[in-house]
Amino acid sequence: MQDLKAILEALIFVSDTPVPFQRLRGLLPEWDEGIIRESLKSLVEDYRSREGGLYVAEVSGGYQIRSRESVREWVRRFRKERPFTLSRAALETLAIIAYRQPVVKAEIDVIRGVDSSGTLRNLLEKNLVRVAGRKDIPGKPIIYATTARFLELFHLRDLSELPTLRDWKDMTAP
Amino acid sequence: MTGYEIRLNIFEGPLDLLLYLIRKNEVDIYDIPIAVITEQYFQHLDRMSTLNLDIASDYLVMASTLLHIKSRMLLPVHETRENGETEEDPRMDLARQLLEYETFKKAALAMDTMPLLHRDVFPRGASPISEPAPERELVREITVFELVEAFRDVLGRWKEGDGMEVNRETLSVTDRIQEILELLNRKGSFTFKELLENAQDRTRVIYTFLALLELIKLRIVKAFQAGPYETIRIRPGVSHAGSQGHS
Repeated sequence: MQDLKAILEALIFVSDTPVPFQRLRGLLPEWDEGIIRESLKSLVEDYRSREGGLYVAEVSGGYQIRSRESVREWVRRFRKERPFTLSRAALETLAIIAYRQPVVKAEIDVIRGVDSSGTLRNLLEKNLVRVAGRKDIPGKPIIYATTARFLELFHLRDLSELPTLRDWKDMTAP
Repeated sequence: MTGYEIRLNIFEGPLDLLLYLIRKNEVDIYDIPIAVITEQYFQHLDRMSTLNLDIASDYLVMASTLLHIKSRMLLPVHETRENGETEEDPRMDLARQLLEYETFKKAALAMDTMPLLHRDVFPRGASPISEPAPERELVREITVFELVEAFRDVLGRWKEGDGMEVNRETLSVTDRIQEILELLNRKGSFTFKELLENAQDRTRVIYTFLALLELIKLRIVKAFQAGPYETIRIRPGVSHAGSQGHS
């Protein structure tokens, strides 16, 4: 049991991207699925209770070791690069796509009241949004949806983890 | 300078501006005082054109929608259908649109507070997110405002009587464009301050600024900034053109 947890930790550590559960399971045929799940849960808990600089994030259907938000200032100093940011236009467009997907550009434009072509291109370039096909109406407009990368960046296990729109609505205006 | 002191709110579009006006006036979104809001909306468009900012057509479409609603509000309400149903308030469509936009605006702001990878939390290794992308974004969305601010900054520091007036130089934007291009050829890039502080008088500062805006519009040069309030750098618009031409 203890061995398995050490193996899992090492596998997650050496990966550049979140490691999906299925991948871990495939690598560890010696153990039962239930035991692997339990060990993962215990590993996540170990990091949480240790309150160190790292934690195990469960994102986009996988596991990833990340530095904590509380130490971001120093990590940024070390990284030297400008922290990743999204403009308000990008965030608005992304929010519409995340909640309304699959969605066509015309719907996004109507909600925002402005043309979103540039922003949309930018989101596609950043791989936060993908082309999910074409809508079967005249003109066959492109349908957009969010990507796994989106979940990864916004710290979401899956789309159901997004707070409901009602939650946002009830927020007082900033 | 106080004559045209402008507080710039950067709006994401006409809906954002309208929402701002509605919240500022503390009025009910379902009962918008259309005359007041329309007037203020037009005032904002005026201010934007004072700055010579291109007013996106989206703003003009909304302006005509507002005028249309305003004119419909002046008409007497009459019962249209045989079942006695009255016509819907012409403001309802707009109210619904505004509320929907506001919901997503809030969602966007809330999403921005979530722990974001490569901003708040970090994985191992280098960031795979390409660096030039956000830079280009800044250039596209902020530079005109920032440039105007920086320009006013430089102008504000000119005191009358700084130096003597000898012969009034005949200036033209074309000449200034030539000079900027020469400077660019020589140095590869330069800062906004360098450019304007070399100009010896106020007229020259203004012409230089106009020339710079023209060059940016023509995409011959680009203005870069690492972050808000940081140094603005001017570089050739097409980054590889120089190296290809020479080597």
